[in-house]
Amino acid sequence: MKLDKERFNAWLNDDPDRLNGMEEMAEIPYPPRERIKEKRQELQERIDAQPVGQISFLSRKFWQRVYSVFAVICCAVMTVVLLSTVAELPRFGEYRDTINELTERYIVSGLKETGAVNIVAGIILDYRAFDTLGESFVLFCALNCVLILLRIDSSDDVRHHELYFNLAHDDILRKSALFSIPIVFVYGIYVLLNGHLSPGGGFSGGAVIGAGIILLSIAYGERASGALISEKVFKTVCCCALAFYGVAKSYSFFTGANHLHSIIKPGTPGEILSGGLILPLNIAVGMVVACTIYGMYRMFKKGRF
Amino acid sequence: METFKIILLLMLIGCAICVSLTKRLLTAVIIFMCYSLIMAVVWILLESPDLGITEAAVGAGVSGILLLVTLKKINKTETDSEESEEEQKKKAGDGDETR
Repeated sequence: MKLDKERFNAWLNDDPDRLNGMEEMAEIPYPPRERIKEKRQELQERIDAQPVGQISFLSRKFWQRVYSVFAVICCAVMTVVLLSTVAELPRFGEYRDTINELTERYIVSGLKETGAVNIVAGIILDYRAFDTLGESFVLFCALNCVLILLRIDSSDDVRHHELYFNLAHDDILRKSALFSIPIVFVYGIYVLLNGHLSPGGGFSGGAVIGAGIILLSIAYGERASGALISEKVFKTVCCCALAFYGVAKSYSFFTGANHLHSIIKPGTPGEILSGGLILPLNIAVGMVVACTIYGMYRMFKKGRF
Repeated sequence: METFKIILLLMLIGCAICVSLTKRLLTAVIIFMCYSLIMAVVWILLESPDLGITEAAVGAGVSGILLLVTLKKINKTETDSEESEEEQKKKAGDGDETR
């Protein structure tokens, strides 16, 4: 690798050898848009060459019109249904005590029972923790489907995929990523750890961290992000976090349902180590979400880790 | 504040219509990301900042990136393998028929 100054001078003098160190820059024969246009033309010729169907109302144009008419009708019906639902809702911020007794219970005794200042975190990770476990598993299943569909096994295909559109040597992206990646990571971890005190929580924090890892992977190449999350780390983190979530929540449901004494205390509301199980569960969900988002990006981009 | 909300909601509707009417897929993806960004601001105005954070990270960031990566893969031309070229023609054919 040449020094930055030398590379800059080479760029300034328009030195033809300046791209020598960058083996990732693949040669593209001619602009992509023209290639697409050529393909389209070829295709159109092939379609025109095909014999026309005997029955006229089964032609392509007829069905295209039918599809668009049905699409518009479906959209209109859907819009009417959704708007009529919205019209039934109470106005924003209005309190109507006939809606649901659960709402009152959550608002009145949520802080005392869960120890979470952020009432949303208290609901989704304590009262309704079972739903959140299901959501985490849905994410995990979605990732597994992506793995099944997009994973590439033979190394030959992989080399082919790496040829194109590698931004790992883009200086502007690298320098701006250098400044923004730490901020993104710290913000994500803050949102994750303060899920029971302030807005946010496992899913939001995990999504921010996952997006940060994707940025790292785009700017600095797969080696940088691979050092952070390898396939082994990914599998271990996902399975351990989900298993921990299941075990911890089973314990709290078991003790709660049988009126047993639980060793997990809600703690003092407002402190970072409070809220009982909410903080560890947030961390578990956040790790699963971050790994899932990065894994999906990896599968879409390369087809492997 | 009310006018600001109305402007945001109108932009939201405009974005939603533009996404479905745009011919070029790249433009559609970028407008979709704009939609998510406006939606994040709307969530914050509706006093649910946690949804705003998630919308900004997932809607405007990750799903847009996934769509862009997919677009790159579809438009990519194969230089040496005959089989994948055939595949690509098939894909382009599907795209043409739906249009």
